[in-house]
Amino acid sequence: MATVDPSFAAPVPAPARISVPGRLHEWVVSVDHKRLGLMYIASGLLFFVVAGLEATVMRIQLAVPENHFVSPQVFNQMMTLHGTTMVFFVGMPILLGFANYLVPLMIGARDMAYPRLNAFSFWMSLFGGLLLYSSFLAAEGLFGGSSAPDVGWFAYAPLTSLTFSRGNATDYWNLALLVSGVGSIGTAINLIATTLCLRCRGMTLGKMPLFVWLNFVVSCLILVAISPLTAAQIMLLLDRFLGAHFFDTQAGGSALLWQHFFWIFGHPEVYVLMLPGFAFVSEIVPVFSRKVIFGYPIMVAATVAIGFISLSVWAHHMFVVGMAPAANTFFAVSTMIISVPTGIKIFNWLATMWGGKIRFAPPMLFCIAFLFQFLCAGLTGIMLACAPFDWQLSDSYFVVAHFHYVLVGSLLFTIFAAIYYWFPKATGRMLDETLGRWHFWLLVIGFNMTFLPQHFAGFAGMPRRIYTYEPGRGFEIWNQVSSAGVIFQAAAVACFLVNVIHSLLRGERAGSDPWDAWTLEWATSSPPPAYNFEELPEVRSRRPLWDLKHPDDPDWRFE
Amino acid sequence: MTAAVASAAEWRLPDRGRVAIAALIVAETAIFTIFVAAYLYYVGKSLGGPTPREVLHLPVLISILLWSSSVTIHLAVRALRAARLRSFTLWWFATVALGALFLAGTGLEWYRLIFHEGLTIRTNLFGTTYYSLVGLHASHVIVGLVMLTTVFAFALGGRVKEEHAVRTEVLSLYWHFVDAVWVVVFLVVYVVGR
Repeated sequence: MATVDPSFAAPVPAPARISVPGRLHEWVVSVDHKRLGLMYIASGLLFFVVAGLEATVMRIQLAVPENHFVSPQVFNQMMTLHGTTMVFFVGMPILLGFANYLVPLMIGARDMAYPRLNAFSFWMSLFGGLLLYSSFLAAEGLFGGSSAPDVGWFAYAPLTSLTFSRGNATDYWNLALLVSGVGSIGTAINLIATTLCLRCRGMTLGKMPLFVWLNFVVSCLILVAISPLTAAQIMLLLDRFLGAHFFDTQAGGSALLWQHFFWIFGHPEVYVLMLPGFAFVSEIVPVFSRKVIFGYPIMVAATVAIGFISLSVWAHHMFVVGMAPAANTFFAVSTMIISVPTGIKIFNWLATMWGGKIRFAPPMLFCIAFLFQFLCAGLTGIMLACAPFDWQLSDSYFVVAHFHYVLVGSLLFTIFAAIYYWFPKATGRMLDETLGRWHFWLLVIGFNMTFLPQHFAGFAGMPRRIYTYEPGRGFEIWNQVSSAGVIFQAAAVACFLVNVIHSLLRGERAGSDPWDAWTLEWATSSPPPAYNFEELPEVRSRRPLWDLKHPDDPDWRFE
Repeated sequence: MTAAVASAAEWRLPDRGRVAIAALIVAETAIFTIFVAAYLYYVGKSLGGPTPREVLHLPVLISILLWSSSVTIHLAVRALRAARLRSFTLWWFATVALGALFLAGTGLEWYRLIFHEGLTIRTNLFGTTYYSLVGLHASHVIVGLVMLTTVFAFALGGRVKEEHAVRTEVLSLYWHFVDAVWVVVFLVVYVVGR
């Protein structure tokens, strides 16, 4: 491991003793992008555990036919909260947290463009999550409606109308997402301004790390994806509180319009979640293959292409609604087209690994599993893109399996890769590698045990979102295996949490650059000082630290 | 990092205020697009009256007032850039006044519709989409007016100087956006929708 002594790494002052309330106060009032990033990630992990428990409740209920572990109503609440929480209060905060933490460091800046907007956005996002869960305490309302939202994370009309959703549970869902959506848009604006306006000297757009490029595209997507949801939710608010008729079929309103608006948000949202995952992989794979990323310009172009095409695929969620053949064809074709830039990315990561000197450390293990599982997710995605095939399997467990291969098998694995990779930077300590391997293998086994059989349950005709099923339909075996997999996944997450706590207290000291990496965040101390760089860096290539470590053979000669 | 400087060329990046307001405008445009789409989707689908043709009049006067405020705010920012502070304050006040008159005009129209024509947000789909689209725009006018008035108060106190030209320009971009949205709302609600 090459040791670097970068001239702009700051000397680490001895930490002064501060009382616990004092330290808490420091974090609450902080506008530092690193602290906000860590708070984003910590809040995301907290909700991750909650949403994981909700999934566990569902898997216990479905483990055997005609089970009475929970009532249908509670099952619906678990389903709604699990989906909503995982997308809005786990995925978004963790990914925005990483972007918050890393983008300024990677572009050699001292902070985000708008530190106070940054703090505002984080707190909006957190309060959105707390608002969602406070529905358990307060949403009963005067009408004796359910105590937590149970309309699904998609909240299709007319389920959300006053007739079918009495009480205030649906309003809690609506307002929680509205509030956190404002936070996401704020952070997106902030990231765009940071990326365009605060890059250090020499870092042209073509020299930005891919991580920064991908998060820039994600931020642009957030602007045009979250806003339609915000608009549709304002309409739902007007419907429920002022008696408007947007989604009121009794007054000529259209339930279909909500589906369109929701998926105009919903599908780009998939890429808002997945592109940061690609960003992690694009940073980690080169470092652990000891090679430059293969096809940097093509990777950028593919990302931008995904950003644009993702805006025109939404109705592939709606093939069974009964759209015109022309619409079905358009959305089927556009969905297949988006697999092209995505495929390019997979091949580029493989080409980066090809002939490389691969180190199988935990971050790389998670990335490799990601490649396999993301391929599965992509292949079932193309199957579902064929409208006639989708007519057969839409709303079945096959779809559940497909998107969990995307969001768990791909996204969650890349998130864990990123945590193992950047944990030393944020805390100054390494995560334990043995526990990391246990975590990895348990998760690979558990994940595939849970979600691979769901493909077959779907083929056998098992509909999604049902709270129980009759025996003798061929669903039992798949559901039992699926539920058994949860044990392994829970064990994996337990390994991870133990690892984090253990390593925070006793982990091996990391030093500023434990992976011998090449981007600017590794040039400053671990954890970085509040001002990031004592002296703002200046770069001449895409791998400034390579140039620094190899003055005889710098990258800028070849770029 | 190596002391060797890549090039002596100056390292210039765009202003963060302009970039951020552009990003905000993109997000707002997406919100308005959804409301406009809903409006157009529901044109003529109301189950009962009143219909747009019966109750809507072309709001020519207030539209002209609002669009002229784009001119006055542009002149105000230009005056500030040239350090003509008095002229800035006057044009800025004109902008606030025109915006407020527009808002009052919208208020009068709503009053007439609600109390004389009996059209509310719950009457029919036309009422639902009309009040929400025009109301969304009006709420943006209100937010704009609050910000404009704040700057005006600072200007009266002599706190707005030449160096704030970029900041007032950023605010003016938001105001131009609000005016541009009104072009779309005008066409959709009062021309196409009628």
